[in-house]
Amino acid sequence: MGPLIPNNIIPADWNNAIALLIGMLFGFVLEASGFSSSRKIMGTFFGYDFVVLRVFFTAAITSMVGILYLDYFGWLDFGQLYIHPTYLMSAIIGGVIMGAGFALGGYCPGTSYCAIAIGKLDALVYSIGLFLGIYLFTFIYPWIENMFNWGFMGYVTAPEILGINANLFVFFVVIIALGMFFAATIVQRKVKKVEY
Amino acid sequence: MKEKVKKDHSNTYLNPYFGGVMLGIILILTFYITGRGLGASGAAKSTVVTTIQSVAPDYAKKSPYVSQFISDDDHPMNNWLVFEVIGVFAGAFLSGILYGRLKPKVEHSPKITTRKRLLVALIGGTLFGFGSQVARGCTSGAALSGMAVISFGGIITMMGIFGSAYLFSWIFKRNWI
Repeated sequence: MGPLIPNNIIPADWNNAIALLIGMLFGFVLEASGFSSSRKIMGTFFGYDFVVLRVFFTAAITSMVGILYLDYFGWLDFGQLYIHPTYLMSAIIGGVIMGAGFALGGYCPGTSYCAIAIGKLDALVYSIGLFLGIYLFTFIYPWIENMFNWGFMGYVTAPEILGINANLFVFFVVIIALGMFFAATIVQRKVKKVEY
Repeated sequence: MKEKVKKDHSNTYLNPYFGGVMLGIILILTFYITGRGLGASGAAKSTVVTTIQSVAPDYAKKSPYVSQFISDDDHPMNNWLVFEVIGVFAGAFLSGILYGRLKPKVEHSPKITTRKRLLVALIGGTLFGFGSQVARGCTSGAALSGMAVISFGGIITMMGIFGSAYLFSWIFKRNWI
């Protein structure tokens, strides 16, 4: 039963080789979907190309539903998976800062790596910024440590917080995502095309 | 008979829903094998930690943030995410070859100069790098992988990123359209 490496079904020595392979698949799909172009990515916010919205939320609902099914069939133990922890304050503030960086840079870290791989120099400069930003954070950390740890709620899922069934929650997320895809198609038809 | 011309695929992309399903399956596979999700900013953090550690080892040990990622028996670059990101570069490069998209260039709106685009990209990257440490992960590690396991914090960060990006992209509209 999965997860395979934590349960020693695949020996931990394979960890890095598997990381490399999964990374290749990840990079290939991101590039092939068009995430190596900042102007294509930014289309989601101006309404001329919703590729980010479509790919991101399709991936999110596919993985949510898939993981719940694997758990249901007993092939994967959801309890053993790493749940991204919730620190309320830093989750919001960090998200807002990243959003500003996204709107200026046109990439997120993963997509900037893909863009560098096909020769985008703006992505290369963006990634230098990434290092600077992380470096800056290590200096400022002592002053913002309280904010950083404020509102720790544990390694919790949204349905646990809301007190509803996980399957029902995911069902609603799927409905919301389908609604967004539908709305995106309508908006894209009305917005003037941008050549890039 | 139609003339045979060499086709240009540089504007050909996967159907976004197909790409999304593929990405979702890769994410499921990652959790199924390793018990954790994907990531991107973590590899940049490991690089920064390694750099600080090799340039100023005493400082690294004293720094309350950097010291969390240093241990005596393991090298910070020997990390799952670092290998994953090397894979990302290779995978994107392969896709670039396949579609004929390998070409050095600076992509920007015709309304701004190349120099301005590079400056804005640098500022954007700096903000994103900083924010990824505040939120303990970026679009891949916190938002996407968080959503895969319905993490509350992951969903909050996802809303923060997209909400704020929407707002700021209209403020800095000239950079894009």
